[in-house]
Amino acid sequence: MPTKIEKDAISGQNTTGHEWDGLKELNTPLPRWWLYTFYACILFALVWMVMYPSIPIRGLTGVTGYIAREAGTAELAEARTRAEPMMARLRAATPAQIAADPELRAYAIAGGRVAFANNCAACHGAGGQGATGGYPTLADDDWLWGGTLADIRTTITHGIRNQDDDEARTSVMPRFLGDGMLNRAQIQDVAQHVLGLSGLATDQAAAARGATVFAENCVSCHGEQGEGNQELGAPRLSDRIWLNGPDVRTIEAFISNPRLGVMPAFGQRLDGATINMLAVYVHSLGGGR
Amino acid sequence: MAFKFSHGTIERNLILLGVLTLITVSIGGLAQVVPLFTVESTIERVEGTRPYSPLELMGREIYVREGCYTCHSQMIRPFRDEAERYGHYSLAAESMYDRPFQWGSKRTGPDLARVGGRYSDDWHAQHLRSPRAVVPESVMPPYAFLDRPLDYRRVGASMATLRALGVPYTDEMIRNADADLRAQANPEADGAGLASRYARARQGVFDGNSAEVTEMDAVVAFLQMLGTLVQFRDVTPEQLRQQ
Ligand code: HEC
Ligand code: HEC
Ligand code: HEC
Repeated sequence: MPTKIEKDAISGQNTTGHEWDGLKELNTPLPRWWLYTFYACILFALVWMVMYPSIPIRGLTGVTGYIAREAGTAELAEARTRAEPMMARLRAATPAQIAADPELRAYAIAGGRVAFANNCAACHGAGGQGATGGYPTLADDDWLWGGTLADIRTTITHGIRNQDDDEARTSVMPRFLGDGMLNRAQIQDVAQHVLGLSGLATDQAAAARGATVFAENCVSCHGEQGEGNQELGAPRLSDRIWLNGPDVRTIEAFISNPRLGVMPAFGQRLDGATINMLAVYVHSLGGGR
Repeated sequence: MAFKFSHGTIERNLILLGVLTLITVSIGGLAQVVPLFTVESTIERVEGTRPYSPLELMGREIYVREGCYTCHSQMIRPFRDEAERYGHYSLAAESMYDRPFQWGSKRTGPDLARVGGRYSDDWHAQHLRSPRAVVPESVMPPYAFLDRPLDYRRVGASMATLRALGVPYTDEMIRNADADLRAQANPEADGAGLASRYARARQGVFDGNSAEVTEMDAVVAFLQMLGTLVQFRDVTPEQLRQQ
């Protein structure tokens, strides 16, 4: 191969000396700054290898002794220690005492809001507004299981109808159609009666027939006037507030084969102080008793 | 003869070029391969980890098939903010039966490494069918089609394949794969065999429909066991050390 390095007239660069069918190649080296950046990167990598664990040999952890896991654990422990005096007070107090003390209350609302966003918002909505399909709003004064600070704390600690906590709140509404206790016509009637309890019935005759079905099957849990029973988590049916939507099809389906709400227990997952903060926060959303 | 080394020298000598290329490529290769020789000492000696039950394994395969990993990681990094939000950082031991692992590198949605037990089965099924029905601000796509029947004919074969890759499935586990899968999706079934083979595997009607085993059952069973095997309450710092 002929090697004739010459100066290209137009660009003023040298050629590489290669020639293919009359085509010549310019020899344009990397700009200096680029080249030195490249060398600097190599140097940086070498320094890094000495400072930090990068060679998989036991004991070769690098001269700084830095290990990400230990650093993270230490940072967490440090933050926990810093928060501990306040957390200890929040843990030792009852939610009622916290709510009564302005300093503790302010702290609990701020901390409760964060814990709520992380643990509860997926089911109860970012502002506790709930979601259709059985996730109650926590921002009104209509409570399934009770709206005092102590009730709310119990609900959060043990959850509802879950399998992990023996003390979970629990109750069962029968599957009136699924278990053959009522027939379809009776279900339609009693659904009209349920709607009628809050003045929403569309078929008065059916609602009247449904009153008997209701008296025989439902009052033990939902009460004579559908006022509900917090011992059993049986909702008030006369307030136009629904777990599962107000349309008659949904109500019929629910009475036929209820899908009962389940909430995990947080007693094992969260610190007692966090649970107290959550109770105070939820209580403050608007409906606390 | 004075020898000036330049890249012209390498380019003109085929053997030298070959040898130097080999050396360069093997440095890159070694950097990838050598850590695998130390994997024994990377895996923490914690108790509780086990291979996936057949139903969970099918759920995992659907998770991979649907590309859930493009939006969800399963790797809690050892930083304070992640620990505060998701719990204890992920251990190597917790993904040692994952082939391929689902650590992921993108979080459009939250990390799922410890999502097990955080929500109810019902919530998961509702959320997968229609995320915005329960989380109005969600951008996760709906997966309502998962309510179709699960085709689990090849679950035994999947387990045998994983065994060839080193996952300790026993003959007994593979022989009982179909039965265990059905038992896990049906709380009324006798779960003694399942429980003896897969510690802490929970039986349930994961999708709320007990009539048939669906893909939804499998995915929810998988999600509900994520991060629940190691009991961090009982783990000592000694066990977490990577030797
Ligand atoms: C998996 C979804 C889910 C999560 C997560 C969840 N909840 Fe619930 N929660 C429910 C359901 C469902 C109900 C209603 C249960 C029923 O039907 O009786 C409920 C009920 C409640 C109640 C009782 C409401 C009443 O009217 O008496 C409170 C209080 C509550 N949740 C607070 C919380 C808090 C605080 C958190 C976070 C620590 C939380 N929940 C997390 C699903 C959830
Ligand atoms: C053993 C107690 C019990 C009996 C008997 C009972 N219920 Fe219920 N009912 C409940 C409970 C508990 C709930 C709440 C379920 C949940 O929280 O998911 C409920 C919920 C409902 C709801 C849903 C309310 C909403 O907000 O969406 C309707 C409607 C209802 N019941 C109607 C009836 C009717 C009609 C009958 C009689 C045919 C009846 N119930 C009998 C316990 C009972
Ligand atoms: C386009 C991105 C995207 C894809 C793909 C996706 N997700 Fe999500 N996912 C999200 C986002 C965003 C959230 C947070 C909002 C929400 O809860 O819906 C989320 C939330 C979740 C949650 C609740 C996590 C928590 O801790 O609150 C679960 C469980 C979940 N996704 C499972 C899945 C599964 C299983 C798949 C595959 C079948 C999947 N996701 C696919 C974006 C995605």
